[in-house]
Amino acid sequence: MLLLISIILYAILYNMPGGPLAPYLSNPHITPADIARLRHNLGMDQPVPIQYLKWLGHILTGDMGYSTSNSEPVFQAIVERIPATLELMLTSFVFSVVIGVAAGIISAVWRYSVVDYFITTLAFFGQSMPVFWFALMMQLAFAVHGVPLPFGYQIQLPSAGISSSDTFDLSDRLSHLVLPTIVLSLLSLALYSRFMRSSLLEVLGTDYMRTAAAKGLSFRTILFKHGLKNAMIPVVTILALSLPGVLGGAIITETIFAWPGTGRLFYNALTQSDIALLMGVLIMLAFLVVFSNLLADVVYAWLDPRVKYD
Amino acid sequence: MAATFPVPSAAIEEDLQTTKVTFWTRLRRHKLAIAGLVVLVLMVSGAIFAGQLAPFDPNAIDNVHWQGTPLPPCFQDASQCGGHPLGTDEVGRDLLSRLLFGARISLMVGLFAVLMEVVIGTTLGAISGYYGGWIDWAIMRVTDVFLSIPLLPLLLVLTAIVAASSSKAALNFGVIVLIIGALSWMSVARLVRASFLSLREREFAEAARAVGNNDGRIIFRHLLPNAVAPIVVQATLDVAGVIVLESTLSFLGLGIQPPTASWGNMLSNAQANLQTAWWAAVFPGLCILATVLSINYIGDGLRDALDPNMR
Repeated sequence: MLLLISIILYAILYNMPGGPLAPYLSNPHITPADIARLRHNLGMDQPVPIQYLKWLGHILTGDMGYSTSNSEPVFQAIVERIPATLELMLTSFVFSVVIGVAAGIISAVWRYSVVDYFITTLAFFGQSMPVFWFALMMQLAFAVHGVPLPFGYQIQLPSAGISSSDTFDLSDRLSHLVLPTIVLSLLSLALYSRFMRSSLLEVLGTDYMRTAAAKGLSFRTILFKHGLKNAMIPVVTILALSLPGVLGGAIITETIFAWPGTGRLFYNALTQSDIALLMGVLIMLAFLVVFSNLLADVVYAWLDPRVKYD
Repeated sequence: MAATFPVPSAAIEEDLQTTKVTFWTRLRRHKLAIAGLVVLVLMVSGAIFAGQLAPFDPNAIDNVHWQGTPLPPCFQDASQCGGHPLGTDEVGRDLLSRLLFGARISLMVGLFAVLMEVVIGTTLGAISGYYGGWIDWAIMRVTDVFLSIPLLPLLLVLTAIVAASSSKAALNFGVIVLIIGALSWMSVARLVRASFLSLREREFAEAARAVGNNDGRIIFRHLLPNAVAPIVVQATLDVAGVIVLESTLSFLGLGIQPPTASWGNMLSNAQANLQTAWWAAVFPGLCILATVLSINYIGDGLRDALDPNMR
């Protein structure tokens, strides 16, 4: 699976005009002879399948090449920025799962109530809102007009020694997190609440729920002990399936909020056609998606004993 | 549904009639879908008649009133707006006119990319579901691969490649449609495959085979009409998705290129001018939101109307 992905990605990037040496081609100080020598040194004069296998071997050992725009190894550039991205994505993941699932439960239990209509309407808005425009509106509302919430995350750079953020100030960092988290969570929040609602409604109508009620258990016990566990099964799939969308959202969110993570790194690499870096990030993202699908399968089996994998 | 074998034609006619009637009554009951339809019709007519409705040339700079800062909308400051109902953007172009012409681009990208996606997805899904075996296996593996590469990053890389290969001007309408359409057929392919897997076992498919129809005729004349409902629903929802995708690409500067207006690229300079010109950031986004929201509601209504058992 990952192998197929890597072949497709390689095919796309191999066809990138100018190839990895594009930044050098326009440099007047580099002669065609230099280019030829570089091509030879980099093995670019060898057949494509051989180049691909070599490249794959490097990737597997963590060597993703050299980033032309950052002047550092790709692997290092990515790893440096993962903590910031992880911070944002995990916060937003927890936020959207907790709120989304809770909203879904509320609107399923009080079906067709005012609260239900409110939540489902909001969820529809959330699903239809372009992430970048929502980010702009949040900035307009909170950063430009009044409510003092700084946007744009200031990272501590120990070497640069920016005085204001040198010390770990929790409230400062949290205030920087608020807007990006809300923006990044919106889409998944809407998605999770809709799925939770329909899935719980389905479970509430099943025979075993009626049996549990007939036994004289309270509604609360039925809901939390019997209902939720079964209703969560399809939601777990959505958690995994929504990851590619969240990753796309992270690129936009990080770019707009100047968040120093992998998403912004990707965007910067795009604007400077830094192939090695783009490739590295894409591979990593694809790997993440495959891995999360695997994780979803495991959680699936744990939630639903009927599911068995051979 | 209706069997194609020796059922008298009058009965088929009647059957079709009731299906149509229930479809319309169900759709009408879905009030939000109707509201969405109204909004969408307004948007589409705005796009079609942009040339007649637009008060100004969408690409012309108002040299008379514009002094270097965006002009405000008339309802905010009638003395400053210089006759521009929704104000101007940062280089003095009329916002309303650009919105109307931008609607053309944004809606057409949505329409054509989805058409392309449906053609690719239906073909692959039909082949996969009808033939089964190793063909099915191969097509579904390719589908899985495309599903696990995050779409937006991949789109961005591809558009960046096109932009680097010649110039950003190469990112015209056709190229954007082509790239988006070629990468979003997976859900349609899966849907069509799933319905074909069960449809091909039904009696009418067997009958069509027994009469001696070839595979192509069975697929397109007999099976496909029975698989249309889920395709229509998915396609409708995907139009909304594509409009958002196009606006995101354009916002990041890798979609439709200025001076051609699209709702997305109208927003690409909005962040820098957020302090001074809120209108330039708010109105294009509202157009996207209204359009996408109505299409999503229509899709939802269609799903309920065409097949109440689908969700």
